[in-house]
Amino acid sequence: MTTPFVQLKNVSKTFDVSAPWLNRVIERKPQSFLHAVSDLSFDIQRGETLALVGESGCGKSTVARLIVGLYASSTGSVMIDGQDMRIALTSNNEAARALRRKVQMIFQDPYASLNPRWRVADIVAEPIRTHRLIPDGAALDKRVAKLLGYVKLTAKDGEKYPHQFSGGQRQRISIARALASNPEFLICDDPTSALDVSVQAQVLNLMKDLQREMGLTYLFISHNLQVVHHIADRVGVMYLGRVVEIGDKKEVFGAPQHPYTRMLLDAIPDLHMTGKARTPVAGEVPNPLNPPSGCAFNPRCPRKFEPCDKTRPELVNIHGRQVACFAATSAQNSATETVMTLS
Amino acid sequence: MSKALLEVKNLRIEFPNRRGLLTAVDDVSFSIAPGEVLGVVGESGAGKSLTGAAIIGLLEPPGRIASGEILLDGQRIDNLPYEAMRKIRGRQIGAIFQDPLTSLNPLYTVGRQLVETVTTHLDLSESAAKDRAVKLLEEVGIPAARERVDHYPHQFSGGMRQRVVIALALAAEPKVIIADEPTTALDVSIQAQIITLLKRLCRDHGTAVMLVTHDMGVIAETADRVAVMYAGRVVEMGPVADVIHKPQHPYTVGLMGSIPEFESDRERLIQIDGAMPRLDAIPQGCAFNPRCNKVFDMCKTSRPELMAAAASRAACWLHDSRLVRSDSRITRSESGLAR
Repeated sequence: MTTPFVQLKNVSKTFDVSAPWLNRVIERKPQSFLHAVSDLSFDIQRGETLALVGESGCGKSTVARLIVGLYASSTGSVMIDGQDMRIALTSNNEAARALRRKVQMIFQDPYASLNPRWRVADIVAEPIRTHRLIPDGAALDKRVAKLLGYVKLTAKDGEKYPHQFSGGQRQRISIARALASNPEFLICDDPTSALDVSVQAQVLNLMKDLQREMGLTYLFISHNLQVVHHIADRVGVMYLGRVVEIGDKKEVFGAPQHPYTRMLLDAIPDLHMTGKARTPVAGEVPNPLNPPSGCAFNPRCPRKFEPCDKTRPELVNIHGRQVACFAATSAQNSATETVMTLS
Repeated sequence: MSKALLEVKNLRIEFPNRRGLLTAVDDVSFSIAPGEVLGVVGESGAGKSLTGAAIIGLLEPPGRIASGEILLDGQRIDNLPYEAMRKIRGRQIGAIFQDPLTSLNPLYTVGRQLVETVTTHLDLSESAAKDRAVKLLEEVGIPAARERVDHYPHQFSGGMRQRVVIALALAAEPKVIIADEPTTALDVSIQAQIITLLKRLCRDHGTAVMLVTHDMGVIAETADRVAVMYAGRVVEMGPVADVIHKPQHPYTVGLMGSIPEFESDRERLIQIDGAMPRLDAIPQGCAFNPRCNKVFDMCKTSRPELMAAAASRAACWLHDSRLVRSDSRITRSESGLAR
């Protein structure tokens, strides 16, 4: 197998959320740390879309920020195209700049991620100017017009300001800006959550078309499982800073192995009103400052048994995907045992 | 059908501004029976929240009801003076808003807020009101309600806060509840809990609920009937199963098609090109005509009213009985629309 395009190895991010030093001394409080992302490892192949899903506070957005380097990881490494992202962010040589050019990000809120005082043409041209790809002048104007064309806007729209556009159009401007530096890898942090469904459909269709035309690789972060199912090739489900199940979209959504994945799927309102009984979901995401021992999901888990609140399950290969769950592993083991005794 | 509890007749909401009048809601009519959930769907700016605000009499100036009537139990409430409306709000019409954090006062314990609401509307002593507050919290599924009643809103999680807001809305046992995007700010797993809760309470108390949301999935799970709004008008209204499975208005068809689904593996979603028109530039004729893929001459000149279309009613010339017969281009099968 070829080396994956993006490779995360044991990436963790810890935030120090302690009270100020003096308060700690006076009130005798210990330091406290928030483990936003713990021991995360996954690969993304070139041209593939990996989606990360999970509820708010599970660390999806932190992963996005770690990969593009908006946060420095506490431990572990992020390799993109064989190069270490950490080195690319600190050094300023040719290779490092080239890597930075290849990785771009699309943000969640199209109202906050575009500078309101810049014209759209300048917003889109910014990455080109930063990376000195095309000198100012007619060639740059032509390139900006072409980029706006990709996202179904016209060159004339470049003279306007962001407030003159609707939410969907603004998100398309963000996409044009992300494409400006000829990237190979786009990190999309819930790009459609602020949009209405019909506009969401426009943006998702556009992103799929662009991926096909330009051979882009996506990391798509979302809390909406239907959107993820539509756009992704592979899916990783996150819970409290860890991946609990990751694998091919059809496997994960078709036959979820982790109880949390099953719970998320059951919680989706049933559009077809088939009247299927929903598994009632108990409880809420625990406080990440004080996570439960063992498997973080154990207080809400319907399949909880002995080891779950003592030891933390590791990701294990089951049924063509990786799952971190003792119940799923033991079911698998007993199944193989039966097969072995039978044969 | 039993007598309607809440009735809205030809409601029109206008915003006067320097350049003239903006009509945000135009000729909207519907009614809700006791124990019924009417879902109101539409995209941002369709006027669904304004309709809700007008019913509870909380329309922000300069917005005003220009014409039409709102009837509660057969009595007009849209022209009541402020004080009279204050007595109705909370007592007879409860409201649940989108963001549970902003609808609670952060400086008071949830118990105090509940007691305040209860004593304002019901003739109860302080201690009886407190007991009622605890009972309300238990009813909406807050564990250890007796202790939780003395906590402040920030000590609750998002889902728990929304339960408190629902408890507040129920405090005086109103006959009608206006729920404006009650689940939008919540995660899916919590969303499911809140929907189930809302449905159960509505059934148990025989409350009429107007559920405003942009999420078709929530509507499918909760509502009995649906009204689809576009650019300030109701474009389709009917029983929930019919609107979802056999949408009649091209806008509803597009809206349903743009929702990604697990069951289908289609490469592209159906998309409606363009965006909802701005209030100062609503096109002549049918407001949807520039985005409609079935547009014809009539759509650009005259505005369609709601007319019978299969089991629902749709405001679309495709369903005009005269046209279906006279014009061979638009047949029933075509207007049934391929899905």
